[in-house]
Amino acid sequence: MKYVLLFTDSKDRARQWDAMPEAQRQAAYGPINDWFGKYSGKITGGQELQPERTATTIRFNNGKAVVTDGPFIEGKETIGGYAEVTVADLDEAIAMAKEWPTGGPVEVRPVIDRGEPQR
Amino acid sequence: MVRALGDFDLAEELVQEALLEAVEHWPAEGIPQKPGAWLLTTARHKAADQFRRRARYREKLAQLEGDGMRVDTAEGDDRLRLIFTCCHPALSREAQVALTLRAVAGLTTAEIARAFITSEATIAQRIVRAKRKIVEANIPYRVPAEHDMAERVDEVLAVLYLMFNEGYLATAGSHASRRDLAEDAAWLAGLMVRLMPQQPEALGLLALMRFHLARAEARFDQSGGLMLLQDQDRGGWDRERIASGIALLERAALIQRPGPYQLQAAIAACHVEARSWEETDWRQIILLYDALLALAPSPVAQLNRAIARRYLDGAQAALDDVEALADPLDNYYLFHATRAELLRDLGRDSDARLALTRALSLTENPAERALLEKRLA
Repeated sequence: MKYVLLFTDSKDRARQWDAMPEAQRQAAYGPINDWFGKYSGKITGGQELQPERTATTIRFNNGKAVVTDGPFIEGKETIGGYAEVTVADLDEAIAMAKEWPTGGPVEVRPVIDRGEPQR
Repeated sequence: MVRALGDFDLAEELVQEALLEAVEHWPAEGIPQKPGAWLLTTARHKAADQFRRRARYREKLAQLEGDGMRVDTAEGDDRLRLIFTCCHPALSREAQVALTLRAVAGLTTAEIARAFITSEATIAQRIVRAKRKIVEANIPYRVPAEHDMAERVDEVLAVLYLMFNEGYLATAGSHASRRDLAEDAAWLAGLMVRLMPQQPEALGLLALMRFHLARAEARFDQSGGLMLLQDQDRGGWDRERIASGIALLERAALIQRPGPYQLQAAIAACHVEARSWEETDWRQIILLYDALLALAPSPVAQLNRAIARRYLDGAQAALDDVEALADPLDNYYLFHATRAELLRDLGRDSDARLALTRALSLTENPAERALLEKRLA
């Protein structure tokens, strides 16, 4: 079964991360790389996203598309990236999420299985 | 099914349940050879559960049968799988409670709705949503792995304790169905003990519930007014239940893994074992609160410890401890009610009245209000 882990972070922490000198950021990536290494057999996709300041949102006003600067919701948290994982069940996905090292909340969502043939 | 049970609604609900179970199991396990027979058997099992549950005083019965009796393994494993799935942490607490009462204790949605003073539609919807999440998010139907066990048992016990308090804290008389909820919770805790005899916190929680239930009747006077522990008729306490609680606690102690439920039960045991209010072992109670606070710090436990200090070190010492909790407990009626009692002991009557007024503004419970109003008069 496939799930997506949405990695979020508090905006404060995301800003700190963004402001880090390159060498320090590389070091901070260590535990994250370890996590990806440990679960490489289960991870079947995913991306890291540019910070929230790069986000653009398209809203629909009576069917008319309106382009605005910023994320789709203004909250305390911001999405930093996601991983698609293929595991047996929710418990296995939760176990992976529990070991995510950044301290930010991780949302786990099952992916809808449309029964499409595997390529 | 209807013929066998003589109750169409019940039969319908049980068959519905069996169908839901089929939807959950068949995709994973394959369609059985005789699906019709499978459904009927499943519905019959569910009917047996219902009648078992409906036997009056079944918690009492369980207590008399002894808590050492083990459920036979195959059926036991199935029940455990069901309990752990209903109490899965990915479900909301409300959903866990409703599902557990429905699927494990066998209450109807109407009974659950009555117990929580809400509509049947609300409960039904809660259960449907929870079942949908179980299927769509693929919450596994199994007993958790060893490394998850402690955490998952805690989750189950938290669900049962919430259920118990919901029933136990309800007022007397008019809400008898809510009182039954406390018995249901105790029965479920008893089931956990029989299924997992080596989990000391399950033993502790069941003991705690038994001590509370032993005093349940004595908490109210004839007109339904609240009786404080010091004023209760100790002769009216259920001695058999107390003895069974003590035995559970001793069994838990042998496992040598103390926990918050065992400690709370030990504190309750100090109260139920004292022959009179004056003979209460306050020193022991304070030591137990210290141990509890070390394991599970909480301002409410600190408040209770302060109340115990009143009888060991006097009202001023207790009040000093209580005042320190003003910040976290300002919206808790018992904080202000306790403060009022201590202030009155110290002769500060006008401060006491102010505190009582504040306490009164913070509780809706009619029995609690009546007690506070009597003190204000």
